[in-house]
Amino acid sequence: MTVISEGATAAPQAAQTAPLLEVRDLHVEFHTRDGVAKAVNGVNYSVQAGETLAVLGESGSGKSVTAQAIMGILDMPPGRIPQGQILFQGQDMLAMSGEQRRKIRGRKIAMIFQDALSSLNPVLSVGYQLGEMFRVHQGLSRKAAKAKAIELMDRVRIPAAAERVNDYPHQFSGGMRQRIMIAMALALEPDLIIADEPTTALDVTVQAQVMDLLAELQREYNMGLILITHDLGVVADVADKIAVMYAGRIVETAPVHQIYAAPAHPYTKGLLQSIPRLDRKGQELYAIKGLPPNLLHIPSGCAFNPRCPMAQDICRTEVPVLHTAGPGRGSACHFWKETLGE
Amino acid sequence: MSDSTLEPILSVRNLVKHFPLTQGILFKKQIGAVKAVDGISFDLYPGETLGIVGESGCGKSTVAKLLMNLEQATSGEVFYKGQDITRLSGRALKAVRRNIQMVFQDPYTSLNPRMTVGDIIGEPFDIHPEVAPKGDRRKRVQELLDVVGLNPEYLNRYPHQFSGGQRQRIGIARGLALNPEVIICDEPVSALDVSVQAQVVNLMEKLQDEFGLSYIFIAHDLSIVRHISDRVGVMYLGKMAEIGTDAEIYDHPTHPYTQALLSAVPVPDPEAREHRERIILTGDVPSPANPPSGCRFRTRCWKAQERCSQEVPLLAVPSVFAGQDTPAAHESACHFAAEKDVVHAA
Ligand SMILES: Nc1ncnc2c1ncn2[C@@H]1O[C@H](COP(=O)(O)OP(=O)(O)OP(=O)(O)O)[C@@H](O)[C@H]1O
Ligand SMILES: Nc1ncnc2c1ncn2[C@@H]1O[C@H](COP(=O)(O)OP(=O)(O)OP(=O)(O)O)[C@@H](O)[C@H]1O
Ligand code: SF4
Ligand SMILES: [Mg+2]
Ligand SMILES: [Mg+2]
Repeated sequence: MTVISEGATAAPQAAQTAPLLEVRDLHVEFHTRDGVAKAVNGVNYSVQAGETLAVLGESGSGKSVTAQAIMGILDMPPGRIPQGQILFQGQDMLAMSGEQRRKIRGRKIAMIFQDALSSLNPVLSVGYQLGEMFRVHQGLSRKAAKAKAIELMDRVRIPAAAERVNDYPHQFSGGMRQRIMIAMALALEPDLIIADEPTTALDVTVQAQVMDLLAELQREYNMGLILITHDLGVVADVADKIAVMYAGRIVETAPVHQIYAAPAHPYTKGLLQSIPRLDRKGQELYAIKGLPPNLLHIPSGCAFNPRCPMAQDICRTEVPVLHTAGPGRGSACHFWKETLGE
Repeated sequence: MSDSTLEPILSVRNLVKHFPLTQGILFKKQIGAVKAVDGISFDLYPGETLGIVGESGCGKSTVAKLLMNLEQATSGEVFYKGQDITRLSGRALKAVRRNIQMVFQDPYTSLNPRMTVGDIIGEPFDIHPEVAPKGDRRKRVQELLDVVGLNPEYLNRYPHQFSGGQRQRIGIARGLALNPEVIICDEPVSALDVSVQAQVVNLMEKLQDEFGLSYIFIAHDLSIVRHISDRVGVMYLGKMAEIGTDAEIYDHPTHPYTQALLSAVPVPDPEAREHRERIILTGDVPSPANPPSGCRFRTRCWKAQERCSQEVPLLAVPSVFAGQDTPAAHESACHFAAEKDVVHAA
């Protein structure tokens, strides 16, 4: 797959122009019965038009919550955004009126959700739900909207789309529902797509097709793409740059090529070591020891310190800033040099 | 690990599940059927892990549900220790179900949002109180949470307060609650990051060694399937295309679909992205309501000949390899089964 060409060459000049989306020092917390869960604790990232940012990280580290904050679909309450900015084409969406935001959502920024089944309405046919996009946003007739729905289902390779357009979500397999969600996100040709594990439910051949499709549309419309995924293979295939999250923070950012060759944060390193490898069959897989942090009581200093093989005293007291670890690279580790150098 | 001198713990024979396709609102008329599972046979031996891979929509989850008798089979049999569970009901079914547990694919819809995590994991004890007496339950549930890497203090939280991956672990803890013999895992680690995935898989392997559990492990990630499985079955459109030991399937696949699947595995190495040799499948995945005649893969197969549209290839050791001492001599449902060098990472 050759996806980078445009994105990669565009990136250096694009740095002078405003990014398509920029998240600045975003914080999100949830008020629960047991206390305040700090899910996102100062996230910074940006995407240019035509660029793919892959967001990796531990499950529970705040990847989806950050995406929900960008989309403006956080449950508030119990969620709260005490601090931060989300600039879309230079405008802070957190400061906008509900009306202004609704205009952006769906039309300019679309999201593919992690949980396809629960984001589709079970009592409406998928064709109706797809068609609704065109009826509401483009004022198409029922019939025209349905034809568009079939076309989209075709595009994401739902077999026999014309026959199945009136079927309900439960009649499709997990992967097919995921493709329907992708179709819905693509419907209005948005500027930015946030895809939250869009291919987790797909087998590799369909995954390859879907990623190719996303890449093709991305080129065609110069779309920005935020790809949240656990699949380090997919990331290696399509990403331009990577942000790694842990306990609600970005712990490492880097262009895709560098991170695999030499991670600069011990968490990223542990993650890469955990990939199952052929020559380790029959042995235990490497896994980062310990439990994920309790968001009600995030460890002081570096949140990763109780699980980190590199940790020293300073890690338990001082929060590491994002150190520059090379061109376009950052690592929030006191010992990033040692980690890189090992 | 699989020892074919042992009796299988599960034997699946010609299993079929067709979902009726209906038309009309008042008078529902059947206009066809989605042939989700269309004649599948395999064995599962005690203590082994059988991986099942295949295209989305090929019927993996439906097979899983049929094995649990959560869906009524259209025809065919599932023998558990010699007893056909597709015909069981009531108390006999309940007794079997204690020993066959399932971890579901979708961590969002399979957990009741109004129950606390403690209640969800402890729920199987309501149906089978003999496993954990009332007084022990809380402790047992906390042990299970700990075992799957969740904080035991989270007992009173609700599912929506957990991330996708955390919810998947809740499902695994529930699957383990009754100490079953067979666990059917429908994409148990798909929602997890690789490190948590490694923890869960290590845990599953440890529990398997300790208790002699048998697993059916359904997943899309071919490298994790290879890691955990003793044998692997590859499904395509409701049928088994190829089945064999992990080395037979991954290093010596003979079915074109398996070869395409392996070539499409994304490699966790960005340097490799330009040099990969992928077999790109053309054509759409056919509808299971109207599968192609003959070989179901023929519409996307680069080797298809006239014969492929006329004759259904049987799942058997291909005649070219029969009797030979080669890893290519395993069951493959292709008229033109052959080895091919495929670039694969798994
Ligand atoms: N409504 C809520 N109330 C309380 N806590 C919440 C709520 N929604 C999310 N959280 C918490 O916020 C944290 C971040 O969740 P998020 O869904 O962003 O994780 P993630 O990084 O997307 O993980 P995964 O990879 O498993 O999907 C989790 O620990 C979760 O428990
Ligand atoms: N209740 C139902 N009614 C009608 N069709 C169904 C039903 N359940 C499943 N199907 C169909 O049966 C086929 C197999 O579905 P199944 O969920 O078993 O696939 P799968 O292999 O698990 O796919 P995935 O990898 O996407 O989870 C699909 O075409 C699906 O649309
Ligand atoms: S039988 Fe024919 S169509 Fe089917 S996989 Fe083999 S070559 Fe392809
Ligand atoms: Mg998530
Ligand atoms: Mg499934």
